[in-house]
Amino acid sequence: MRGMSETPRLMTRTFAHLSDEAVVAMLARSDESALAELYDRFGRVAYGLALRILRDERLAEDAVQEGFLAAWRNADRFIPERGKASTWLLTLVHRRAVDLVRREDRRRAEPLTDGVDAPSSGSAEDDAWLRFERERVQSALKQLPDQQREALELAYYGGFTQSELAERLGEPVGTIKSRMFTGLARLRELLADPRPGEAAWKPTPYTT
Amino acid sequence: MEADALHDLTAAYALNALDAEDAGRYEAHLARCQRCQSELAELSESASALAYAADAPRPSPELRSRILEQARSERPNVVPLRPRWLRPVIAAAAVAACAAIGLGLWASSLSGKLDRTEADLARQQRVAQILAQPGSHKIAFSRGTLVVGADGKGALLLNQLAEPGSGRTYEAWVADGGAPQPAGLFSGGTTVAVPLDQPVRAGATVLVTEEKAGGTEAPSRAPFLIVRNTAQS
Repeated sequence: MRGMSETPRLMTRTFAHLSDEAVVAMLARSDESALAELYDRFGRVAYGLALRILRDERLAEDAVQEGFLAAWRNADRFIPERGKASTWLLTLVHRRAVDLVRREDRRRAEPLTDGVDAPSSGSAEDDAWLRFERERVQSALKQLPDQQREALELAYYGGFTQSELAERLGEPVGTIKSRMFTGLARLRELLADPRPGEAAWKPTPYTT
Repeated sequence: MEADALHDLTAAYALNALDAEDAGRYEAHLARCQRCQSELAELSESASALAYAADAPRPSPELRSRILEQARSERPNVVPLRPRWLRPVIAAAAVAACAAIGLGLWASSLSGKLDRTEADLARQQRVAQILAQPGSHKIAFSRGTLVVGADGKGALLLNQLAEPGSGRTYEAWVADGGAPQPAGLFSGGTTVAVPLDQPVRAGATVLVTEEKAGGTEAPSRAPFLIVRNTAQS
């Protein structure tokens, strides 16, 4: 009989109040429920990312699975001082997707808007939130100079290395590096505006 | 590669846009360069925001269960986890005692501390009484066992638990359809036996938090352990 494999009501409520970082801390204690919670929070975004890169549902699911299992195995290496848990997790999934796309040689370089365009079919709340985030990031991307946006998209969604990009675009590697750096730094500023309704997490007293 | 050239790889690394060789060199540099660590934290956050710009259809429902199943199959019985759990150091004597009694945690706690106080002994006696009850349930989890006697008295047996921070204590709680009730204070150890001051009925949940010394009336932070009594009453 297992005490941890179910999701009792109290646990659901408790987790709902936990920050992503607190959930990863529980993951580091090999708590399966923490893994389930992380998947419920980020599984869909992670899959969307992997699908954008790999353009194949089976490979995308493989990348998501490997990314989440890497998080499961290495949660004790997560250092909250060095970044958000969501960044850490999405970086792991991204790395698996990029490794796979390079191995399978499936890389293509089409603009983001030509990506997989599946109709979303989730809960209204999920959909609204994801649509909001998507529009926010896409609008920030659109504000970047073309060359910076191109470098970021080809690297992040295309899986090209900086050397491959330099060759492809006929530019010195130094130019590519600088476009990536400036693009990411500018994106950070554009995204820095606080989101409406978002408050910092703090411990929440039990309400029952 | 010069340090300056390595600094310049931060954005590409954040985008996973380095080949394996450059990535390896950068990681070696990163381990000792604070400037790169903080720059990477910022650039990685921007890079991962790009994930949200992709359309997000739902993966197949089986993906979730596949991941959880695989994780479960990989869960080791004794893992070195930081910072709360100590690395496993199991003395031969403790292993022998485990085999003898059949409940490793409790057994090795008997052979553990030399400076055992009377209070410790009293706690262990309370735990022993629960264990001795016919029909007591044991609910195993990754780092220990929750034992519940037929009379609803419960105890937590925890393995390889690091001491709490200075001026702090661990506090156990039992939640049974309401706010968690304080169920005892304890500290760390190779094995720790914690008799719970609250009954643990079927369906109740036992939680553990780290609190300031002396304990609190309600959990002030996230529990690092949550175990539900899944035994049928």
